Amino acid sequence: MKALVSVKRVADYNVKVRPKADGSGVELANVKMSMNPFDEIAMEEAVRLKERGAVTEVVVVSCGPSQCQETLRVALAMGADRAILVETSVELQPLAVAKLLHAVVSREAPQLIILGKQAIDDDSNQTGQMLAALAGLSQATFASNVSITQDKLQVTREVDGGLETLLLTLPAVVTTDLRLNEPRYATLPNIMKAKKKPLEIVTPEVLNVDVTSRLKTLRVAAPANRSAGIKVPDVRTLLEKLTETNVL
Amino acid sequence: MTILVIAEHDNKALAPATLNTVAAAAKIGGDIHVLVAGQGVGAVAEAAAKIAGVAKVLSADNAAYAHQLPENVAPLVTELGNGYSHILAAATSNGKNILPRVAAALDVDQISEIISVESADTFKRPIYAGNAIATVQSNAAVKVITVRATGFDPVAAEGGSAAVEAVGAAHDAGISSFVNEELAKSDRPELTAAKIVVSGGRGMQNGDNFKHLYALADKLGAAVGASRAAVDAGFVPNDMQVGQTGKIVAPQLYIAVGISGAIQHLAGMKDSKVIVAINKDEEAPIFQVADYGLVADLFEAIPELEKLV
Repeated sequence: MKALVSVKRVADYNVKVRPKADGSGVELANVKMSMNPFDEIAMEEAVRLKERGAVTEVVVVSCGPSQCQETLRVALAMGADRAILVETSVELQPLAVAKLLHAVVSREAPQLIILGKQAIDDDSNQTGQMLAALAGLSQATFASNVSITQDKLQVTREVDGGLETLLLTLPAVVTTDLRLNEPRYATLPNIMKAKKKPLEIVTPEVLNVDVTSRLKTLRVAAPANRSAGIKVPDVRTLLEKLTETNVL
Repeated sequence: MTILVIAEHDNKALAPATLNTVAAAAKIGGDIHVLVAGQGVGAVAEAAAKIAGVAKVLSADNAAYAHQLPENVAPLVTELGNGYSHILAAATSNGKNILPRVAAALDVDQISEIISVESADTFKRPIYAGNAIATVQSNAAVKVITVRATGFDPVAAEGGSAAVEAVGAAHDAGISSFVNEELAKSDRPELTAAKIVVSGGRGMQNGDNFKHLYALADKLGAAVGASRAAVDAGFVPNDMQVGQTGKIVAPQLYIAVGISGAIQHLAGMKDSKVIVAINKDEEAPIFQVADYGLVADLFEAIPELEKLV
């Protein structure tokens, strides 16, 4: 079966981003960009399923500017067979990405679609669910364990009270939680090989998808600042201070 | 304007996050209807009808909704939601699971985890793990929104007397089924609603050492949380994780024990009223946000603190 993985290029998780002075967004010039950590996990899971023989081909797709090719090359080096870039300079909301992915899914007809549960930049946690809705597929979000048996997918999900296991009819959409697996590092030989793997570039127009949004970001500002307080010398003083502030 | 709030519940009891979500709806203004979808939800619907400010409760009682499978619940919400100006759900694992499906079916963008209502179409939400706050405006006919519970003080659970109306519509997509669940059992208060939270990190060294935190928490009537490091190391189950990818808490008092204070952890607790850090590394980033910091070995400080409170 064919698996499709969606990856996003985001500011590296270690970077402390700052809002721009004019409030139009966050400062991303000269900031280190990487593959969204949840998407690395999605990639890793697809490659493991291929190594186990449950999946025959892994297609990776990314939507965004031409620099997303770097992210796709990383995915190819991790083990994806081929890549698709939906190139656009428009800032995409999750609904637009879900529509683009839906168009790619209609064309590629994968049995399994794996996404990260959320991107660490917009923190939306929407795209996988929206794609499942548009394509009329079953969904398992926040997956921490995935197994395929014939035409069914058994997924353990991380929910508020603990864990929940579902059985889905394929094709299905899965979004990954952090505990699903530990992504591998791409080795140098694999990075070299990845340069030769096919990378197709399409546009929203070719896919016939309207990516305009009715959502507008008016401004982006820094959160209320929280400054360091005081250091106390011992437990007894700590307790006195807490009693004074009336939180105990 | 009429607002539909999706009730958060486990078929037996209404979850407190529903009260925070109704509070957000009240800030938007207009009639508030609450949808209770589940199986055997009579008591939940009655509880929802008593929430202050709720005008009507819609009760969809059907086996297809028993486990909140999004393939079944989302079409119900979509069908009912078309006449509403806003559809709100708490940003819990259920709300996050179901609502984007509703938004896509209605062909509108969803606004995730709002922390404030500026006007009926403008909201604030954190991005980049809480390192920036975005103000967003939607001109969609139906605004589909998840609400971060810690951003809104809950409305009163009593005082309302809404009518309960049964909703007949049953949607069963038949493409997913519930197998089982393993829920962590605890007598302590629920993490996201607790007034005091005591959290442990990698510095706890092992799962057994968490007993020191449990003892302290029990004396304080606190919930116990954890950093991702503690969860990944297997010290405690994942439902205790506080942070960008875990639970968001904003208690009166947050005590971080043996937690360095990575960006991803701070995203889940930096709106706490008072933060205390206990760490033997005085360079730990957690001290940059802590109101009170104690540089000490936690294995000495925690038992002593427990003895003194």
